[in-house]
This record gives sequence, structure tokens and C-alpha cells, in this order.
Amino acid sequence: MKRLAILALLASAPAFAAPIAITGATALTARGEEVIRNATIIIDAGRITAIGAGLPVPAGATVIDAKGLPVTPGIVAVPSDLGLTEVGGVRETNDGSARTSPYSAALDMAGAINPASLHFAIYRMAGVTRAAAVPDAGNAVFGGQGALLSLAASGPTVTRARAFQYVELGEAGAQLAGGSRPAAYAQLLGLLDAAKRLAANPAATVGGEDSGSLTKRRDVEALLPVIAGTQALMVHVERAADIIEVLKLKARYPALRPVLVGAREAWLVAAQIARAGVPVITHSLYDLPDDFEGLAASRNNVGVLQAAGVTVVLGPLGGIGGTTPVNLPGYAGNAVAQGLIPGGKGLTRAQALASITANPARVLGLSDTGTLEVGKRADVVLWDGDPLELTSSPTNVWIDGVAQSLTSRQTELAQRYKTLGRTDLPLQYPQ
Amino acid sequence: MALLAQHDANRGEWLMKSSYLLAAAATALALATAASAKDKPAETPSPPPEVIRVGKDPFPSQYKPYPGVTTVIRGATIYDGAGRRIDNGMIRIEGGKIAEIGASVAVPADAKLIEAAGKYVTAGIIDIHSHLGVYPSPGVQAHSDGNEATSPARPEVWAEHSVWPQDPGFSRALAGGITALHVLPGSANLFGGRGTTLKPVYGRSVQEMKFPGAPYSLKMACGENPKRVYGSRNQLPSTRMGNIAYARQLWSDAVTYKRRWDDYTKRAEAGAAKPGDAPRRELALDTLAGVLSGEILVQNHCYRADEMANVISMSHEFGYKVTAFHHAVESYKIADMLKAEGICSAMWADWYGFKMESYDGIRENIALVNAAGACAIVHSDDANGIQRLNQEAAKAIAAGRRLGLPIAPELAWTWLSLNPAKGLGIGDRTGSLEVGKAADVVLWSAEPFSVYSRPMNVWIDGALMYDWGDPKRRPIADFELGQPGAGDVK
Repeated sequence: MKRLAILALLASAPAFAAPIAITGATALTARGEEVIRNATIIIDAGRITAIGAGLPVPAGATVIDAKGLPVTPGIVAVPSDLGLTEVGGVRETNDGSARTSPYSAALDMAGAINPASLHFAIYRMAGVTRAAAVPDAGNAVFGGQGALLSLAASGPTVTRARAFQYVELGEAGAQLAGGSRPAAYAQLLGLLDAAKRLAANPAATVGGEDSGSLTKRRDVEALLPVIAGTQALMVHVERAADIIEVLKLKARYPALRPVLVGAREAWLVAAQIARAGVPVITHSLYDLPDDFEGLAASRNNVGVLQAAGVTVVLGPLGGIGGTTPVNLPGYAGNAVAQGLIPGGKGLTRAQALASITANPARVLGLSDTGTLEVGKRADVVLWDGDPLELTSSPTNVWIDGVAQSLTSRQTELAQRYKTLGRTDLPLQYPQ
Repeated sequence: MALLAQHDANRGEWLMKSSYLLAAAATALALATAASAKDKPAETPSPPPEVIRVGKDPFPSQYKPYPGVTTVIRGATIYDGAGRRIDNGMIRIEGGKIAEIGASVAVPADAKLIEAAGKYVTAGIIDIHSHLGVYPSPGVQAHSDGNEATSPARPEVWAEHSVWPQDPGFSRALAGGITALHVLPGSANLFGGRGTTLKPVYGRSVQEMKFPGAPYSLKMACGENPKRVYGSRNQLPSTRMGNIAYARQLWSDAVTYKRRWDDYTKRAEAGAAKPGDAPRRELALDTLAGVLSGEILVQNHCYRADEMANVISMSHEFGYKVTAFHHAVESYKIADMLKAEGICSAMWADWYGFKMESYDGIRENIALVNAAGACAIVHSDDANGIQRLNQEAAKAIAAGRRLGLPIAPELAWTWLSLNPAKGLGIGDRTGSLEVGKAADVVLWSAEPFSVYSRPMNVWIDGALMYDWGDPKRRPIADFELGQPGAGDVK
């Protein structure tokens, strides 16, 4: 029994052994343009306890010599379907959207997260340490409440349930709501106004639970934190005019904290977005008029928004074939490259790194991660080269100060088939 | 490399056959007349037999290279696309061709000289798997022209007849260093139709974009898509065994069709058959007969290793050759088999897990295929991905290195140019920077496997078709005129 108890204890909390000292690193801290050369980073009890050039190494620390290579904060992937979707084309493995549910805003992703999903290990190997599991609107404009995840191999995976609400406007929202943008707005405002009434008077009767009811009480209740501004509202819109409509919502719901998602035409209204203090989650590679709400799509979008003072997050958004959190550093690198083209608008390398670390952390309310600074969670990645380069990979990943394995089902497959040819037994027998 | 040589030899054989047949078809009667006139015997002249033939090229290319100027690029690092690298090299483009390449080349007095120290020059990128034009932007339903999903077998449809030449995607592909692309029908059908090789050069018609003399392909598909599309309609095929059964029956029909035409042609040429004896033309079987005679190359969408193996057996049964498996996320499991068969794999760097048959996709796939000595190609299948196939290759290089398989960058460039050129039957004309080949050339701002690198200039047939610093060398599709951001750097 005693032994079992100890095991349980070990399993419940990350085992912090000796402190870790990463020495001789080029620390890209994601704080402004800061780069600390010959940096020492001390990790103790899951946190960064010291960072600076040539700091002394505490006695008994495990020393990792970075040999001048870059160290960055862990990457924060938003939006993602991590833990919600195992195989996109296999419906029963997909909990991100509910096409025929009577509920929408009330759908809570947290309970559906599958920490055993093979994608955790694959993303972790690429330096992704945190993610936001975002629902997809299935049967109404609201998609439900997303969860924040740790990608650590042990310990709790869902670090915050009901962290934000998701809503689909624009062309997709119009279709979900019955066929037009006005229909989408009728649904959006109907639920938000009901939440406003409920917030003002908890005894108010709002919504029914019968199948014909336009507002379900559960959905209205789920929108209370949105109205109160304690939960961000991720809004998928693309067209410049649709963006302006979303910004106007703040007049009606003063505490609302919208986050624009997609926003391919945001550069046309960058100043208004900046003035409203609304962050944007977009992709650095949108440059085609894929549809009539994204005719102005341009890779300059990111650079124009940054220059206007908007908080820019690069996310593994759809519309880009094969989009994946694994490639977030490359998307950030491409945003840098865009600024090197004559007439192009891009990001500095530090801004690009922040767009996949510090900025998503801030937008998601993950105030204790996203940068390399004292007191932050030790979500730290050591790279074998420029982290934004396509040819670079992490050599070490720590989450909450715990070193992570850098293998996955994919690397196991690669090892199995690395050498082909007749063997004593089929490859399926463990070697 | 032995494999590539063998592969090449095979394709060379088809090309010879192909061009012979094309010539024969286009001018059958004229040739027959001329031949009989030339060889006119002393005895009584007999009228040439009238032989009905299947036209091979009813929608001929009307592409004409745009004018170029003699250009010398000096001081660049060159990846020639055939696996060679020249540091501090020089290249001369003249008359639309590569005139000279090496450590030093002659610089004619009238040549435009580009100083390119620190820059890179490569062969143009060729995408063997694109749906530009058939699924153009904007991707509205009215533009959905890539899948004739009305029967599992539609080899009679030709992708070029769906191509919208004003797809804005062509301009983006060009800006990404693409100098040729193969536009395919989709994968809803087992037999999707013919694919066509284009240049990303805007034309008023698709004919003005067609790569002259490039052979057609037949798009085929394995696996989930055909069985899902038709199974959901309670039609054959609804299973993988249904896929193969359906395809085998059609190949068998094609063999019979070809035999009937061959027999008729033989008899007609001997004067023993009348025009009225010519078999009824069936456009679907024309395409398959073209595959059986080696004129049309099979581009086969297939994810899983076991399904590729089944297709290989089927191709042996009916005597055709698969040129490339596309997507091929499990090629790494059978790379030795693909090498032995001389079949290329056209792959993504890292797409996986989005459907069941892509579940075993790994980032090391391209590197493992390459390491086995099989033919590796990086493809896009995507209007965005086509803009940076160099970056896909870079990821594959990194995955290989992590697995202990180092790959030289100049070798990896063959995945982007010469290998796809061979896979499209145009490897004798483009795909590498060799004297006499088309001047399909890209000048890069930095090492092209770096994320920070961009094409500065793209030449197609020696004409400067893209210049990152000159708005007059950045095409604007008709659709984009008058839209926000038209003509901007994208």
C-alpha cells in the first residue's frame, strides 16, 4: 500500500529532480527584441528562476550546454483541434463539432479532450508546449467553449476548461444560421442579449429547452462570462466589413473581449482594429482570393497589422493545405521573409517568434508562459538552429520544467521501415 | 541512381513511341500520300490505302515563348536540378535556352549581366500535382470543375477542358518559382480523366498555356475516395476490392478495344479494310489505349503501401506502367519495390492523419524514398503549397537528417525539377540547367531551402516572367482587376 501511495504521488505531480541549468544559450526571450547571448537559464520546480548572461550554475544542477544555440519559449498553438480530433476524416474520432446538436455555446470541449491522442507527441517534438482546443461551429453560429491544454507527456492535459467561446460569422456563419449574415447576427445578438438579461437578473426566464426554442438556457448561461468579459470571444471573420461589424459589438456589450480569427482582409482596417485593442489570429500564408470574403488576402496582412499596433498571433488555420501546429515556426519565418521582398510588409524575427509564443499566450490569458523570464513556467525549447528555419528542430523540450521525450508514433514508424529487406521475422515483431 | 537510369530509359522508349505516333496521327494521310509518291514504283501505281486513325492532339498547344534577352547571371551558387552544384557559378540564357553554364561563361557585349553573389540560381520548380484552373480561386461551387464524379470511370474527360486560364493561383505559383505544372482531375473516380502540363503563363485559352509536346497523363485513384463517393450511392465500388475489380474490368475492356483498333489498322494499312470497318471510337477507351501503348503516363493517387502493391500487380496483368504514385504517404514502406519498378513517388513533406489512409504518413517519407534509391518528387496538390515547394523539400531534408540520412541540397533539388520533369515526360526539355534545355530558371534571394529565401526572378523559356521588384513583371489575373489589393506584393 505504501508503495502504491508513493507511485500515486509521483504520478500526480511532476517529479522535480535537481534544478536544470541551460548554459551558453542564445536566449530569444520573446520579450520585445531581446536576445541574451551566452545566456544561462535556471529552471527549478517547474519555473524559470533565473535568466541572464553568464550566470553562475547552482550546485547540483543538471547542466545542458546549449553551445550557442537558440533557446526560446515553448510554442503556443491556437486554434487547434488537438485532443478533439484524431483523424479528420473519421467522424467518430471528431469531437470538435456537433452538426445536429440542439446546443451550441454550451458545448464544453474540456471533457472530450483525449490526452492519449498521438498528435500530442508529434506537436511536442516540434516545440509546441501549449495549445488551445477550439471547437468548430456545427449547427449554429456559436461553437462552444474551448480548453487550454498542456502538451506535457505527464500531468494534467486540460489546464483550463471553458477558457473562451467560439463564434462563426461571415460566410460560414451565414450558412449555419439559415443563409445570410443578418440571420447570423439575429442568432448572435439573440443569445448575447439573453445573456445580458440573465446577468442583470439571475431570476429572469431566458430560453427554453424544447427543440423549437431559439435560445437554450444552457447556451445563454454559457455566454455569461463572454458578456462579463471573463471569457474571450473568438470570432471567425474574413471580410473587412465583417471585421468592422464585430468591432461595433463592443458598444453594445462593453466588457466583450473579441479576438478576430482568420481576418484575411484585416489589413484594410488595421487602424480600427488597433484602436479597438482587438487581437488577430491569422495565417502568414494567406494570399489567394479563395472566396468572396477574402478577395484582398495578402501575405502583407501580418506586417501591416503589426505596424498598426495590433497584437498578431499566427495560428495553424485552415485554407492552407496541410496546415499544422508543427509548422508554426515556419509560418513565422515566412512572415519575416515577407518583409524582405520589395514592397512587402513583414515581421522582425523577434516579432515573428512572439507571434507564436508570447502573443498567443497573452491572448489566451496564459500570463505565466510565453516568454523566457523569471517566474514564468519553464516551457522552454532548445533548437539545433534558427528556430524559424524549416531545417531546424528542437533538441530539448521542457514543459513546466520537465524534460519531454522527443519520439512519436511517426518516429517509430520511420525506425521500423528505415531498413527494408527480408528479415528473420516480419517487421511487426519487436526487434 | 541505377534506378533512375532504368526509369529514364523506359520513359525514353515511351517518348519515342509517343512522338512517332503523334506524327503518324497528325499527318497520316499526308504521310501516306508522300510516301507513296516518293517510293513510286515503276509499275502500276496503287492508290494509298485509306486508314482511319485516332487523332492524338485535337487541342494542340498554342503557347509561344515570350521574348527574352540574352542574360548572364554571375557569382551565384547554382543547383542545376540534376543533382549538381556549382559554387560561384555562371549561367547564360540565350534564345530561350540554357546556352552555357559553369564556373565561367562567355558574356556577349549585349547581354544583360546580373551580379548575383550571395544569391542562388536553380532550375525552375515543376509541380506534378496541381488543381490550379480546375479548382480555381475563388473556390465557389460554380468553379468546382475538377471531379466528374458521375461514374467511377471517366477517362474520357480532360482536365484542360475545365481549366480557367484566369485562375489567380497561376500568378502565385509563378512567384513561387514554378515554371511548369501538371493539372490533374480530382480523385473521386478510379479513372479521373486526363491531366495536362501547363506553364504558369497567362493565356486567353488553355491552349496558350499548354506545354508544347508534353504527353497527357491518366489520373487514377486508389482507396477511400472512389469507394466513399460511389459506395455512398450504393454503387460499385464501395470497397477496396470493388475498386480493383472495377478497374480490372475496364483495363480488360481497354485491351480488347486496343486489339480491335490494332487489328483494323493492320488490315487497313494492307488495303484489306475499308474506312467503314474502323471500330467505333470510344473516348474513354482512347485514353486507356493510349496508356497501354505508352503514350499516356499514369499518375496514380494512392496512399497506402498495400494498395500501391495491388496497383502494381494490376499494371503487370494488363501491361501498362504506373509513372508515379501521388500522395504516397506510405511509399517508405515499399521504397525498394518502387525502386525495382521504376515508379516515382510524388509526396508532401508532412501531411498525415487527416484521413484513415494517411494515418501512417511520416515526415521522413521523402528522405526514406530518396535513400532507397527510388524516384522522389515533392508535389503540392494545393494552391498555396505550390507557392513554396522548396520549403516542403527543406522540411523533408531536415526529417532525413534527424533520421541519420543526410541529403545534399543540390540533390534534393532533383525532387523539385528533374524528377517531376521525368515524371511528366518532359525531362528531355526542362527540369535541369543543362545546355540546350529550356531556360526555365529561378534566381533566389538566399539559399532556397531557407525560409527567408524568395524568388527574385523567374524565367520561362528565357523570358523574364516574374520580377519581385518590378510591378510590371507581376501578372494580375482578370479576376483580380479592380479588387482590393490588385497588383500588390502578395
